[in-house]
This record gives sequence, structure tokens and C-alpha cells, in this order.
Amino acid sequence: MSSKKSVGFLASILEQPWGLWTLQARRLARIEVRRNMLSWKATWIYFLAFIPTCIIFIHLLVDRHTTTALTEDTNVLAGIMQFYYIRLGVFFGCLGIFSRLIRGEMVERSLHFYLLAPVRREVLLLAKFIAGSISAIALFAAAVLADFVLMYVGFGPAGQEYIFHGPGLGQLEAYLGIMVLACLGYGAVFLLLSMMFKNPMPAAMLVMGWEAINPVMPSLLQKISVASYLRHLMPITIPGDGIFALLTVQTEPVSAGVAVLGLLLLVGVVLAYSCVRIRRLEIRYTTE
Amino acid sequence: MSSDRIVFEDVSKFYGEVLGVNRVSLSIPPGVTTLVGPNGSGKTTLMNLMTGLVQPSSGRVSVLGLDPGDAAQFFREVGYCTQFDSFPRGLTGWEFLMDSLLLHGVTELDAYKLAQEAIQRVRLGDAAGRRIAGYSKGMRQKIRLAQAIAHHPRVLVLDEPLNGLDPMARAQSLALFEELSRQGMHLVISSHILDEVDRISDRVVLITGGYLVAEGNIHQVRQEVRDKPMQVLIRCDRPEQLAARMFALNHCVEARLHSDAKGVFLRTTDLDEFYRLLNAVAVEGLVQIESVAPADDDTNAIYQYLIGSDGSAS
Repeated sequence: MSSKKSVGFLASILEQPWGLWTLQARRLARIEVRRNMLSWKATWIYFLAFIPTCIIFIHLLVDRHTTTALTEDTNVLAGIMQFYYIRLGVFFGCLGIFSRLIRGEMVERSLHFYLLAPVRREVLLLAKFIAGSISAIALFAAAVLADFVLMYVGFGPAGQEYIFHGPGLGQLEAYLGIMVLACLGYGAVFLLLSMMFKNPMPAAMLVMGWEAINPVMPSLLQKISVASYLRHLMPITIPGDGIFALLTVQTEPVSAGVAVLGLLLLVGVVLAYSCVRIRRLEIRYTTE
Repeated sequence: MSSDRIVFEDVSKFYGEVLGVNRVSLSIPPGVTTLVGPNGSGKTTLMNLMTGLVQPSSGRVSVLGLDPGDAAQFFREVGYCTQFDSFPRGLTGWEFLMDSLLLHGVTELDAYKLAQEAIQRVRLGDAAGRRIAGYSKGMRQKIRLAQAIAHHPRVLVLDEPLNGLDPMARAQSLALFEELSRQGMHLVISSHILDEVDRISDRVVLITGGYLVAEGNIHQVRQEVRDKPMQVLIRCDRPEQLAARMFALNHCVEARLHSDAKGVFLRTTDLDEFYRLLNAVAVEGLVQIESVAPADDDTNAIYQYLIGSDGSAS
């Protein structure tokens, strides 16, 4: 009986118009990416992504690149990733990109056009999430790539050796993976917060505070944190000193695979709840 | 039966403690239906309920048998031109239409053809290629209308569609609405320009304070307003004599000469008896009657009688 039910359930899933949903999601994502990437309002997100790049570029022009400085610069790059991008850059960048997707449209009174299209609201939400993710990942991955190249290009053959025959490429791969996961994780959280609160900023500050105190939380609560998963994926760990200690997450050690799966699971749960919320969403612009 | 109707079954909507609409039951057939009521009466709430932009606190809404919650099916059949005067940022009118049509899952070529057709129907012309941010209010109204009709819906919901249009554009829009109605579409219109909408309306729904006051064919609704005697304008050569003759009847309660002195407005509580006597007078040859027409069975008069100029139902 239960196997019959399972077969029926699977059949009903397969009968859904997946082709149409994919087409609609692709078209929605295209519209959103165009608006996210080519908007004057996105300028500050470009700034957030590329400010370390500018600093590293100045460092490239001004400072001497001796072979002994290579290890130091590698640690600096790891620090930028750990303390700037994960805790601030991607955090606020995703806050800007993802909170605009639904709440921003409500503030601009244009969300109803999407809700009046023959598109399932879940498809709309997931398409917007995908578009936000593409925008955020493209920006921050490009910034990290530029940071990496500029950091090592000044070392000449030693830098090339470090990248192509040393641990360089592996570290770059890890940083890019961390950027992707950070954008997905923070993106899902801020998309949900923007549907729950008219002004998601105070809630975002709470999330930031939560991420900061997360290391002192019990093991179970540590799993409800984006940064704690990312920490396990860092190729080089920089111990926090002084004020940075507050920003350093010291979670129980877990394997990279578990960390990735854990974060993706967190993203899945947050998105599933967002889908429930968007089904109940009403257009009442006068209360915005 | 309900598969060709817009049905509200005992629908209420509360925004927190604020009443939107209360226990509304309606069954709207094809044709032009005008929602009439003062500001804040619940017209937009009814339209938003009809299109799923808000959900009822209680009761049920269906349009052509479809549930507004099932967006994928529902919005293939329904177009909604809202009164929200805002658009997604940075788009031209053409891009706005194309983006909207492509979400229906049609090919780019079909979307192109449908967009072109809609732009022609609302007579937006070359302005479609310009950014919406630079449009006049009337042009924005037109592009919203184009977006609502572009996918050939069977139900068109129009919230204040004549706002911001000049007289020529209003006439063109009304002609378009008439044409769509003749094609068997449902048109649900809310408008403050009652005189113009009245010409094309088949039915009215009067609402005030969230309560349904009356609904149905305009003439039927007028006849149900029994405490306000019907007013008839009779154009004739001797209006004073006709007024004196008709006023002798018990049911004739008011007579007023037309400003050009070539007609008289008469109010009667018994229209059938009134017309019987008028026929007799015409046969007698006492006066030469040119025309007889009801003077207050239009939407505007019904609005005044049932809701009043202050917006409170009488």
C-alpha cells in the first residue's frame, strides 16, 4: 500500500510541468541578473567586493615582493578572506542583493507584476534566489580571483611556482568554493529576512551578532550558522587576535564534506520556509 | 455555471482590525461590470481578492472556476491593470511587455507578435521604445493596460483605467473595452468617471465601507431604489401643460421644466401607470412628444441615491 502511495507520489512529481517552470525560472533569473548587475544602486556592492582588490593593487605597486614575503602575503590573503569577505563583504553584499529581490520590489511597488504572471510563487522565489546568487557569486568570485592574481603576480617566478606547483591553485579553489557557499548561505538567510521584516537591517545585525557569538554556543546551535561551516573549509586558518578574536568562529572540527552538506542543508531549509512565506505574501504597498 | 462567472462566496477581508470588505457574495457574468463606491469603500480590495494579490480572511473567490492561488493556470485567463503607478526599474515599455509575456512560456517570436499587437491596441506607438520612467501618466496607464491585455485573457480587471488619460485616450480606451466585451470577455472596471463608464456598463456593483450596497443590471438596480421616485425627461412642445396634466396624478411627485423650456423632468413612484397615462396624453394630441427617456437610471444617479455624495450608504 505504502509502495503504491510512493509510486503515485513520484508519478505526480514527474507529471509537473518542470520544463515550463525551468523556462520561467531562467527568464526570471535573466531579468533579475540584468537589474542586479547593471544598476546604479549596485555600485556600493561592487565597492564592497573590490575594495580589497584596490588595496592589494596598491600593495603590488608600492611594496617590494621578496621571496620571504610570500608566506606573509599568503596569510594576509587568508585573513582578508576570513575576516573581511566572509564576515563583512559578502555579508553586507548579500544583504544588499537578496533583500532587494522581494522587499525592494515591494518598496518600489513593482512586485505585483511578478505575482500577476502565470508563474508559481515558489518558482518566482527560487528564480529570484538563483539570480541573486549568480550576481553575488559573479561579483565576489571575480573579486577573489583578482585579489589572488594581484597578490602573487608581484613575486614573479616564485609566485608562479607557488600557484602552479605549490598549494596556490588549491587555495584559490577553496576560496572560490567558500565564496559560492557564503553567497548561497547568506543569500538564503537575507531573502527570508526580507520577507519577514519590512526593514531587514536590524535582523541582519542580529544575524551578525549571532555569527559572532556562535562559537560559544552549544554544538547543536553552532550548526545554525553560515560562517561556522565556512570556517572548516578555509585552506589556511588565521587565529584571531584582539578584536578579531570576537570575529573568529571556533567550532568543533568537521570534515569539508560535512561542512558543505551542512551548509547546503541549511540553505535548503531556509528556502523551503521562504517558499511557504511567499505563498501567503499579500500585496499591501500602503503598509510599506 | 460558475465556470463562466466570477464568484465571491461570503467573502470577508480584514487588514488586522481594519475592514476591507465584509461578507460579499457576488456572481458576475461576462460583460462589463463596474465597481462603484467612494474612496476606501473596498473596490480595490475586491479586485485584489479577485486576482489573489490578497487572500480572503474568510469565504472563497473563484474566477471562471479557477482558484486565484493557482497562479500558473489563473493568470493565463486573467489580466489585471492595477492602479499602482510604478514599474520595474530601467525598462522601456517594449521590454516591460516582452518580459511579462515571456513569463507565460511563449516563444520570443510569439511574445514579439503579442507585444506588438497590444501596443497597437492601446495606441502607444513609438513611445513603446522609450524608457517608462520618461512616460506621462497617460502613457503609463496605456502600457499597464497593454500588459494586462497582451496575453489575450478572458477576464480583464481594470482599477481606475481612465485615470490620467486625456479625453481622446479615454474615448479610445472605452471603445477598446466595448470591443473586448463584445468578444465575450469579462471586464470588471472601477472608475470615478462614472458618466463615461456608464455608457459601456452592463452591470454595476455598488460598495461602500466594505459592504455591498447593490448589484445587478443598472436599470434593475434603479428600480429597486423605491424610496427615490424615477425621473423621466419628456421633450415636447408644451411642457407646462404636460406637467400640469401629469402632476394631477398621485404617483407623480415632482415636475421641473428643462432649462431650454422644451422639456420637463417628471418624477413618479409608479412608472408603469405613468407611461400608460403618457400614451393617453400623446393620443389625445394635447402635446407633441418628441422623446421620452429615463433621466436618473444611470450609474451616477444610483451612486448618489444609494451612497450619497459623502460616501455613506443611505
